[in-house]
Amino acid sequence: MALFRRTPIAPLEYSRTLWMRLWVGAVMVFLYAPLIVLMIFSFNDSKRNVVWRGFTLKYYDKALNNDVLVEALVNSLTIAALATLISLVLGAISAVLLWRFRFPFKGAVDGTISLPIIVPEICMGVAFLMFFAMVQWPTDLVWPFNLSAITIAHITFCFPFVTMVVRSRLASFNREQEEAAKDLGAGEWQMFRDVLIPHMKPALVAGALLSFTLSLDDFVITYFTSGPDTVTFPVKVYSMLRFSVTPEVNAASTILIVLTIVLTAIALKLQGVKAIAETH
Amino acid sequence: MTETKPPIIQIQNVSKRFGKVTAVDNVSLDILGGEFFVLLGPSGCGKTTLLRMIAGFELPTEGRILIDGQDMAGIPPNKRPVNMVFQSYAVFPHMSVADNVAYGLKIAGVKGGEVKDRVAEALELVKLGGFESRMPDQMSGGQRQRVALARSLVMRPKVLLLDEPLSALDAKLRAQMQFELSELQEKVGITFVTVTHDQDEALSMACRIAVINKGDVAQLATPSDLYEYPSNRFVADFVGSVNIFEGKLTLDEPDKAAVDCPGLGKVYLNHGVTGPHGADVWVALRPEKIYLHVPGEGKAVKAAAQDAPEGYNFARGKIHGMSYLGDITLFEIELETGARIRVSRPNLSRHDQEDFTWGDKVSMHWRADSPVVLLG
Repeated sequence: MALFRRTPIAPLEYSRTLWMRLWVGAVMVFLYAPLIVLMIFSFNDSKRNVVWRGFTLKYYDKALNNDVLVEALVNSLTIAALATLISLVLGAISAVLLWRFRFPFKGAVDGTISLPIIVPEICMGVAFLMFFAMVQWPTDLVWPFNLSAITIAHITFCFPFVTMVVRSRLASFNREQEEAAKDLGAGEWQMFRDVLIPHMKPALVAGALLSFTLSLDDFVITYFTSGPDTVTFPVKVYSMLRFSVTPEVNAASTILIVLTIVLTAIALKLQGVKAIAETH
Repeated sequence: MTETKPPIIQIQNVSKRFGKVTAVDNVSLDILGGEFFVLLGPSGCGKTTLLRMIAGFELPTEGRILIDGQDMAGIPPNKRPVNMVFQSYAVFPHMSVADNVAYGLKIAGVKGGEVKDRVAEALELVKLGGFESRMPDQMSGGQRQRVALARSLVMRPKVLLLDEPLSALDAKLRAQMQFELSELQEKVGITFVTVTHDQDEALSMACRIAVINKGDVAQLATPSDLYEYPSNRFVADFVGSVNIFEGKLTLDEPDKAAVDCPGLGKVYLNHGVTGPHGADVWVALRPEKIYLHVPGEGKAVKAAAQDAPEGYNFARGKIHGMSYLGDITLFEIELETGARIRVSRPNLSRHDQEDFTWGDKVSMHWRADSPVVLLG
């Protein structure tokens, strides 16, 4: 009888209707089933990925003891961290410049700044390959400088995202707050530090998250810009797949997924989910 | 007792042009120390631009502004001895109330203990004691405005500038804040310069009002002078409600004058207007200064004749429209000449509004000192 005593479904309460729940469920399955399967089979005690043969952790052991794989992971994280940091600074500065100032060719700068987002990755990859060859960028540098080419390429496609997010946040800035700060005695820099940056903060966190994840899983551009001795995680996984699809790849991927989720969760926790949602 | 204090703000021949648009046109004004000064005008008249030039957010195209005798040319907003309360209040949303109020003091390098005392004092002044740790998004609009006020007052500026301070508040709160602002101004003794488009606000708070029209000062006067002795049609019409009729000056002597208005009739004044004889002039007559008489035409004629020759200051008409506003009833009356005139009548007793109805024939008179003759 409890079934009939529920409060009736209100006209706009779609989330309680059966067909909507089924739809949402189906979407979830399509989105996450492959990931879950990948994670489950990382514990599969078999050389092949097709049939379940029992639980084991040995492929994690194997992946973590695979020096090349670990090195690739460390490379990826280093590149992502550097690219995020520099993209954040570059992106925020260009967003503020475009929002705040008038200068020659502003229209052109404004129009082309998001080009790296639009241009197909494959073209970007080829372009970088040719560019670094042309300027004869050294490939035999010591770590982490051997990652410089990849990092530069990553910054190129990451910082426009930061610019976009920060600009949309700046659009909601009340200029009277800037004037209020100056009216109370703040100079340009103090106003920037005390008023504008706090306003941009949610966008900066969102931009950093975007940059980090984009950089971490980029394959195409990295493939073209990595030297013979610099390998990143996605590129390494790809090369492993060419020999055989062992659960070791699954294990490595699971580690990466968990890492990404944890990092995102920390960032969200630090900032508060609400503030990030505000930027969009 | 003839000691004259120098003006705290001197605006000298200031103009401001944005491209081809002239926002402020050769304005000269003196604002005296300790007064509550209001810049009143319709939107887009340049009053806010004038205020922002005092604050330093806009630079005059021509002319100069002196604050306390010092030329402000080349002095940025953060170095001027004035503070501003913004229309949107511009309270910093990521800072608590106490941090907001302390902001200017911290920038100025005031020591921690003193900051705390002065913040508490300022919050007490605006009746926000105990709100120190609140965040702005937990406060109402009126409270946020008080934070903005405290944030400026704590700096002890020579002049406090307020940009449309009450426009975002509801009617009741606005009326209350009008009193509170006047009270506050008296208490702290700082010169307040307020911009508003609301004449009630201006009349109730100001020591002196400058009415601004199209970038120019239309009249500078005390509230009552502005209302009772407007110097031109713009001021008469903008401040309060008024009937304006065109006419010809037929008599102008030191102690009396008369104007023949085709729309209204013959108007008699018990003082001279010193206008050129036979000139085209305008007569302004406030709705509350017209007495309505229910039929009894004789009474109206007699009342008018008390201080004017017969046939003057008297009119006949028919009630064309009326609106009952509680304390007063507003009538629109079609005169015999076809012109319309607005008349307001206080409802002194509960049934006063029943005296008249649509289509009633009425007569009216006004006193000889009520009309204002305007030359421009």
